Amino acid sequence: MDLQYIGLKEINGPLIFIDNVKDIGFEEVVEIRMNNGETRHGRVVEIQGDLAAVLVFEGTKGLSLNNTTVKFLGHPMEIGLSQEVMGRMFSGLGKPIDGLGPIYVDQFFDINGLPLNPVSRKYPRNYINTGISSIDGLTTLIRGQKLPIFSGAGLPHNELAVQIVRQAQIADKEGESFGVVFAAMGVKNDVADYFKRSFEEAGVLEKVVMFLNLSNDPIIERLITPRAALTTAEYLAYHHNMHILVVLTDMTSYCEALREFSSSKGEIPGRKGYPGYLYSELASLYERAGIVENATGSVTQIPILTMPNDDITHPIPDLTGYITEGQIVLDRDLHQKGVYPPVGVLPSLSRLMKDGIGEGYTREDHQGLMNQLYASYAKVMDARSLASVIGEDELSAVDKKYIQFGTLFEKHYLSQGYSRSRSIEETLNLGWELLSVLPKSELDRVDEEMLNTYFDQDKANKDFKISDRVKIQDVKQEAK
Amino acid sequence: MNEIHAINGPVVKIKGKTDFQILEMVFVGTKKLLGEVISISEQETVIQVYESTSGLRPGEPVINTGEPISLDLGPGLIRNIFDGIERPLQSIAERSGNYIVPGTDVKSLDEEKGWDVTFTCKIGDVLTSNQVFATIQETDLVLHKLMIPQGLNGEVVKMKKDGKYTIRDILIEIKDKLGNIHKLDMVQRWPIKTARPFLDRKTLSIPLISGQRVIDTLFPIAKGGTAAVPGGFGTGKTMMQHQFAKWCDADIIVYIGCGERGNEMTQTLEEFKDLIDPKSGKPLIDRTILIANTSNMPVAAREASIYTGITMAEYYRDMGYHVAIMADSTSRWAEALREISGRLEEMPAEEGFPAYLPSRLSQFYERAGYVENINHTEGSVSIIGAISPQGADFSEPVTQNTKRFVRCFWALDKELAYMRHYAAINWTQSYSEYISDLAKWYNKNVGVAFLQDRQRFVSILAEENKLMEIVKLIGKDVLPDDQKLLLEIARVIRVGYLQQNAFHKDDTYVPLPKQLKMMEIILYLYRGAQSILTQGKAFSLLAQTNIFEKIIKIKYDIPNDHLEMFDDYYKLVDDTLRSIK
Ligand SMILES: Nc1ncnc2c1ncn2[C@@H]1O[C@H](COP(=O)(O)OP(=O)(O)O)[C@@H](O)[C@H]1O
Ligand SMILES: [Mg+2]
Repeated sequence: MDLQYIGLKEINGPLIFIDNVKDIGFEEVVEIRMNNGETRHGRVVEIQGDLAAVLVFEGTKGLSLNNTTVKFLGHPMEIGLSQEVMGRMFSGLGKPIDGLGPIYVDQFFDINGLPLNPVSRKYPRNYINTGISSIDGLTTLIRGQKLPIFSGAGLPHNELAVQIVRQAQIADKEGESFGVVFAAMGVKNDVADYFKRSFEEAGVLEKVVMFLNLSNDPIIERLITPRAALTTAEYLAYHHNMHILVVLTDMTSYCEALREFSSSKGEIPGRKGYPGYLYSELASLYERAGIVENATGSVTQIPILTMPNDDITHPIPDLTGYITEGQIVLDRDLHQKGVYPPVGVLPSLSRLMKDGIGEGYTREDHQGLMNQLYASYAKVMDARSLASVIGEDELSAVDKKYIQFGTLFEKHYLSQGYSRSRSIEETLNLGWELLSVLPKSELDRVDEEMLNTYFDQDKANKDFKISDRVKIQDVKQEAK
Repeated sequence: MNEIHAINGPVVKIKGKTDFQILEMVFVGTKKLLGEVISISEQETVIQVYESTSGLRPGEPVINTGEPISLDLGPGLIRNIFDGIERPLQSIAERSGNYIVPGTDVKSLDEEKGWDVTFTCKIGDVLTSNQVFATIQETDLVLHKLMIPQGLNGEVVKMKKDGKYTIRDILIEIKDKLGNIHKLDMVQRWPIKTARPFLDRKTLSIPLISGQRVIDTLFPIAKGGTAAVPGGFGTGKTMMQHQFAKWCDADIIVYIGCGERGNEMTQTLEEFKDLIDPKSGKPLIDRTILIANTSNMPVAAREASIYTGITMAEYYRDMGYHVAIMADSTSRWAEALREISGRLEEMPAEEGFPAYLPSRLSQFYERAGYVENINHTEGSVSIIGAISPQGADFSEPVTQNTKRFVRCFWALDKELAYMRHYAAINWTQSYSEYISDLAKWYNKNVGVAFLQDRQRFVSILAEENKLMEIVKLIGKDVLPDDQKLLLEIARVIRVGYLQQNAFHKDDTYVPLPKQLKMMEIILYLYRGAQSILTQGKAFSLLAQTNIFEKIIKIKYDIPNDHLEMFDDYYKLVDDTLRSIK
């Protein structure tokens, strides 16, 4: 029997309080009916004896103390799923909004999920070829990984996400199927449209499931959207053995919704007003990426977040970085230089790549090459800051080489364009060719054997049309 | 009967007066979720629940158990992986599938498995607390010693014969002074928040060798010592902990994943089964206990996981073993304290953390030590705790307070990590207060040169640090030759010595004799080069040779078991220096 209660005791922000309730469970879903026939949904967030606090997902606007009837449904928030979800579009709460009617439901799932047992996980080791050098070469994406894009307002994170979806070879064997689950939280309508159009152009729309909570949709609904999306992704991956790529954007809006909820509940705020449990909340989403023992599918997550003020120490990117398996950081300076994708190399990291690259996966030199590119590019930064003090002309010959390497690296390696896809060999070879611009003695992260195989100064000088003025011979000359 | 009145996340309240004890273990609700009483007053009793409270209802019962949260200690701990409250994750997976369902009631230790017991006592022996009465080969690497429980003394009046028994079989009976008979099986219970007692603390004088050069050479930790590893995300905290778990010369490892990634625990589990301990030739898992309370598992159990780990460590210490604990990350535990404290509406101190944060941290690190056990064996517990400071800012409360209670501080540096200099331990911010305590050991076991060379390295790096201030302003070119040489040698030290690749088969673990030989050859090159300069020859001539690169790559080119190859390098240095005209 469902219990119904007429009237509310109090309304406070997105929360309503109901008195004299009996036998309700913590985090149970409620249905709120208004006199005008409108129905909203909420969740029990605190119980004090016979007083229940309920968070209303659609917001409390228009509710009054006596125009509502509340029904407790006796179960947690659930979503009904079947393979019919493929190609469909849902609201942030999981209601179909594409006008194609309800879907056939095979099974209902609690959207909160349960913690995955670490012994039931399989450690992810297979790399996804995205065709983007700065990712494949330096921050390799692994199937089952959670690898966010840390971006800023106005940076091309959406383009990058679309390019990954378009180019990525998510399934590598015949007969393996893949899909994309896309969740928008608080993004503008045109952004959602852009994704939809791009999926269409890439011819993958029937493989995409979309959950849309747009910027003018109720804020609190955003707390549900990624959970509905991830539940769908898990269902497809673990019940139907599909390789699922989940794009979640914008995590910053999600966190803001959480902050709003927390403050209306009167909780003690932590850093920048975000609740102390933001870490656990984010973990309960991000940890839902992975591969499990008894299924062949996988859930790979690419959450996108915009860093307020481009500040990587802001709680949202900070806590995200502590949970996810690396991060791809977009850089405003590179963007302004016209580099696309503007991947800021040094702070970017893929924690899982170490087990998914090298012999048998990509190529035996990948690890060493990657380390060397990072180390050398870090020196470019030092040379540039020295140049800004003493002037480029005053730099030593070696530092000048670094400046040159830096320019070429950004122009040829990072900058690759929106529609260009490179094979992993192309990416690795390009890396070596760029390193070959530097004096061999500077390459202290790679072993002799690799240098003998891949280091080729003459080719680099020819291909990059390096003028005599700054050729390596000069460096030697000067030393003598 | 006591009924739930209020529910707010992991915090549950009972209205009115109860007869519960503070810190008592309770079962909450019809699913029997595990909980702990954290405050009692006339008006209400507050309980923190170690599992998800989703679906819990007011009116459901709360049952008290009469004891604080306690562990079953006995054979079967090693090779196992538990959650924060000692539930074996493998059994949970067998019972409930891929996900951890709240209220899963499983036994901590396998009660069916037969163990070969060898008795070390006989009828009529008088045994005292913690004395060993039998042994079991728990794994190839660990001889488990069954001990008389704490507080019990008496005479063996009945015992079984050597043979195969399960942990719940009664093995011996002890008659105490009052004539009471105590029947002992293989399991002891111990409350996790109470330190197991010992006779005496010993001074720390033996290093815990990790095979990580920057640690063993520059910032060593003693057996029984404490170390903190603070660092922003991606700076290498977890890798450092893994390296210790794999290679350090403790007898037993307790690895606690506290509020961190699930995949990292999966990786440890998979990897440690395959990785072979270089000393014993056995898989590393044979000396390891894993505790996984990952970030998506219930928050309250994070605190418990830390205490669960240290209690297990003390149990093996009491058998006379050297145990090392890795806790990744203590910040998540502190945050769990903050979260619960917030839900109790306690007055926060710094940054929302409760005022008792420092005392909790100190109580934890106090449980480390090199001790004489009650049974007169010696053992130690060393603690290495990772810290995840918000925004990588070391001035935050967890880092600052931990610093007060640990004696090694291995500060991980974002800039070093960005240039892929791993281990990214910043050599100017880090320190070890154990150097002088360990000097005697190093001098005796590795050679007096070791600490002298270490001192040379430290001063060269300090000198480099000063010079770099100038270089940043005017460039390297204008420096005099002796300073250019110093910078070059400092680079050799940084890249060739401090930097260590955890993924390289030889470089991942480097024994002390090789560490010494590497320091020696670097300093040999430095002295030789200095005398070349004093002969008036230009540094640029030296820089043109590849001698510096050769020395840098020694770490990869000389395998750990071919130290005689160093002779060739001395010759190479001599030849190179002689060739400079
Ligand atoms: N000693 C090391 N050798 C090689 N790579 C390392 C080392 N330490 C860290 N790394 C690299 O840095 C990444 C992040 O390290 P991790 O220990 O997970 O950082 P944290 O725990 O501080 O967030 C690893 O995935 C690895 O690629
Ligand atoms: Mg870590």
